[in-house]
Parts: sequence; structure tokens; C-alpha cells
Amino acid sequence: MVMEIKFDKVTADYQLGPIRSPRVLESVDLLLETGSFTAVIGHTGSGKSSLLKAMNGLLLPREGKITVGDSVIESEKSKKAFKKVRKQVGMVFQFPESQLFAETIEQDICFGPLNFGVPLKEAKEIALHALEQVGLDPGIRYKSPFSLSGGQKRRVAIAGILAMRPEVLVLDEPGAGLDPKGKSEIMSLITSWHNDNQLTTVLVTHDMEDVATYAEDVIVMNKGKIVVHDRVRNLFANQNVVEKWGLDVPEARRMQLMIERETGVTLPSVCLTTDELADALMEVGLV
Amino acid sequence: MNKLILGRYFPGESWVHQLDPRAKIVAAVYFIFVLFLANNWQTYVLLWAFTFIAMRYSQVPIRIYLRGVRPLLYLILFTVFLQILFTAGGKIYFEWGPIVISEYGLINGFYIFCRFVMIIFVSTVVTLTTKPIDLTDGINALLKPLRKMKVPVDEIALMLSISLRFIPNLLDETQKVMDAQRARGTEFGEGSLLKQMKTLVPIFLPLFVSSLNRAEEMANVMEVRGYQSGATRSSFRQLYWKHRDSVCLCVMITLTLGLLWLRNEGLFH
Repeated sequence: MVMEIKFDKVTADYQLGPIRSPRVLESVDLLLETGSFTAVIGHTGSGKSSLLKAMNGLLLPREGKITVGDSVIESEKSKKAFKKVRKQVGMVFQFPESQLFAETIEQDICFGPLNFGVPLKEAKEIALHALEQVGLDPGIRYKSPFSLSGGQKRRVAIAGILAMRPEVLVLDEPGAGLDPKGKSEIMSLITSWHNDNQLTTVLVTHDMEDVATYAEDVIVMNKGKIVVHDRVRNLFANQNVVEKWGLDVPEARRMQLMIERETGVTLPSVCLTTDELADALMEVGLV
Repeated sequence: MNKLILGRYFPGESWVHQLDPRAKIVAAVYFIFVLFLANNWQTYVLLWAFTFIAMRYSQVPIRIYLRGVRPLLYLILFTVFLQILFTAGGKIYFEWGPIVISEYGLINGFYIFCRFVMIIFVSTVVTLTTKPIDLTDGINALLKPLRKMKVPVDEIALMLSISLRFIPNLLDETQKVMDAQRARGTEFGEGSLLKQMKTLVPIFLPLFVSSLNRAEEMANVMEVRGYQSGATRSSFRQLYWKHRDSVCLCVMITLTLGLLWLRNEGLFH
């Protein structure tokens, strides 16, 4: 199934009370290929979240059009396309646990599938499966979601999205506010889901380690525009670009740069993780 | 949801922005009362003139005021409709069973419409040009005399300021939850009434949960910072009555005199 996401000169505004913030997205052109894993980075207010919302028809373009698979989102009139797009694009918002509402965990997870016309019996089976997928004991499904801990709530919320069987997964800082262990568990969960189902995944994050560890491509946003769209390794290899947009680099890369400066030896490759750095250091014989 | 302008502040430096909140509140409440002095077209013209001048001086675009009227439009039209149907007198234009549309009915309906819109405009002038925090300071100051009657004025003002302070948060949060549920396939404003009501549960429940949590956190934080109800407190922000505030009240008195005069003028026709 081809699930490309394509932005064609998309400009969008955002209205909040009497104040209108113009151009949260400004003539954005973008092509995300089927099966790609893309991280979106950039400073606060650079339009990362708006970009995600636009993929789901929650933020409508004022100019230009967005193509998801074979549906086109153009304006308010594309209403028919919304339902299809929202079924195909599973969106995990920031702090998704704040959207839990049902009496039992099972009901909450079934909410999405039921809205998209899945029969109740099948939805329950999906819910059971989704709970296992996010690493929770299916035995808790009749409990209230509000009785869970923060990390568990987030897993339930993510299960609620996965249960919709989306072909595109869009996540806004899924690890925010969790302890390191909970965070890495959620991230590896997303990665394995991505690999098993050949999803197109888009991830907004502030954490360069996440970018380096999980993503293949990276988008850098600044003032509503996409300023860089490249392979992760290419971005971190180019120190000029990194500095130009005020980005952090992963720990291992920073260490590599420091070692290179101190010893004058240039390592053969750009190292993004500790393992890569260790290998490279052994290769040149520094350890 | 974001179109609601109640409790939102429109930043600016205009003459109206710089008025003392006490003067603005007194003037707005007073305006609502003098509105009832109007009884002919001359008086309504005067009141409209006043309203427009106030809106102009606030330097807030007119379309924002119009947006404030929109959510209440149906309520206003309903009232106007009742007025038209149930006021008798003058020439009769239309009669069908008990339904009579008369000259006085139409005139009265139009007056009621004007009254509603002017009340909304003038109170919006106050809320758009006054920071919520100044507004509650003003209310606090104006209610002070009630303290003698053991009314917990400070607590009321605190409750008011906390509620006003969180209106934007609550609206933003509503928007967020709505987006999240829409992403899960909910469609608002479609289907039967019952179906539409059902779609509200997934919005209100998370909002209640987060509001209750926030209230508890807020209470804890206040206690940690030494808040005690009933303690005497000084204020960091002081209100100063300036020259222009007296001018504002003088304008209101002039308006009243004008109304009284035009009101009697009308009687001579």
C-alpha cells in the first residue's frame, strides 16, 4: 500500500481568540515516502506540531494542498476525505493520556475503531492485541484508565491509536514527561510497530538521541518553514548546518568531535550512537 | 471554540485601555441602567453614538466586537421575536389567529435588539481592554464596602481572578482534546441530537479530570506559598484614580442628562 504524504506549497494560519497568528506554516513543500521514519525537530513555535496537525486534517491549509495516500486535503470542503485520512493517519498528541475518558480501558481503546465502523466484537479483539503490543497485561482491561500510573496511561492512550490500525503514525513527543526507562520502552515499542507493519512514521522530538537512534530522515523547521530535509547522518555530519539552526548533536557525536579536536585524528565515519563511536575508535586504533 | 472572545484581553495602549478598571466597571454597569431611559429614536441614536465612540477609542477592530455578538445572536433574535408577537398597539400589519404583528411590536422589537447589542458591545469594550487581573482588582475595590457586612470580598475576588485566569487555558485544552478525539474519528455537529450529545462525553470527561487535578495542584501550591483565607493582605498592584477616570464618569453623567432631555423632547410629538 502506497502511503506517501505530500505537501504542495502549504500555508496555514492559526486563530486563538481575538489574536490571529499568521503563517504557522509557510509554503511548505514536503514528500514523505512510504515506510520512512522521519523525525521533526526545531525550536518551540517553529511549526512542528502544526505540520503534524495538517497531516491529519486538523489544521486546514489556507493555500496549497496536502495529499495523504490517495486523499487530498485542500479546504473545508474536503470533509469526505477527513474520515479516510484520519483512519489512515494515527496521531498521538503530546501528553496523549489527557484524552482518556471511558469507564474501562477496553472501552477507551475501542473508541477509535468503533468510530471507524469496526464491529464491537472485532474491536474488542483488537483492543486486547493492542494492550499486549504496548506491553501491558491484558488482564487490566476492565479497570478504569484513571486508576493507572502516568506511564501506563500513556501506553493505553497509544494503544488507543494503534488499535485504529493506521498506516501512518504521527507522534508529538511521545516520551515527554516520562522517566528514561519508560521513554526508551515507548520508543522501542514505536520502532518495532513501525518495522512490523511497514508504517510511515513521523516523530516530533526535542531529543537528539531519539533522532539519532530511531529515525532515518530528519526535518528541521524554523518559523513555519522546512529548512532542512535530509538523512539523519547527513545532517549531523554537516556541522555548519547544525550550528546555523542552533541544533544539539547526539552525545556520541559530540564526543567524537571532541576526540577529533584533541587528537587531531579524523574518524572514518559520523558516529551517532555509543556503539558506532566505540567501533570507529577501535578501527583507527585509539583504544 | 477559539472564536469565543469572552475573558480574552486585547493588548493595546488606547485611551480606554488606560482607564482605571474601577471607572470602566462603574461606567459599564451604569450604562446598562441608563439604557432603560431610552424610549424614542433620538435617545437610541445618542446611545449608539456613545457605544461607537467607546468602541472607536478602544482601538480594537470592529469585527472583533461583531464576533462577540455572534454566539448570542439566536438568543437575541428569539427575544426580539417574542416582543414583536406580543406587543400590541398602533397600526396592524399582519393578523392570523392569535398572531398579530403591529407597529408598536416592530418598534419595540427593534429597540430590544439595539439594547442587547449595545450591552454586549459596551461590556466587551471593558473585557477586551482590561487585563483580567485588573478587572478583578477593580471588582475587589468596588466590593470593599461589603466587607463591613462580613461578605468575604477578597475570597470572591480571588475566585473570580482564578476563574478568569483559566478561561483561556480551558479553551485551549478543549481545543486540544477535541483535536485528539477528532483524530480518533469523532465527528462533531453531525448526526442526530442524541448522537451529538454522545460525542460530548469524550470531551468533557477529560476536561473535568484535568480541571479537578489542576484545582488540587493549585490549592497545594497556594498553601505552600503561605496562602490563608481571611488574612489581611496588601496589594502589589495599586489602583490610582487619574484625571481621565473622572472625565469618563463626567461623560456618563452628560450622557444621562442628554438622555433625559431627548426623552422629554420625544414626548412633545
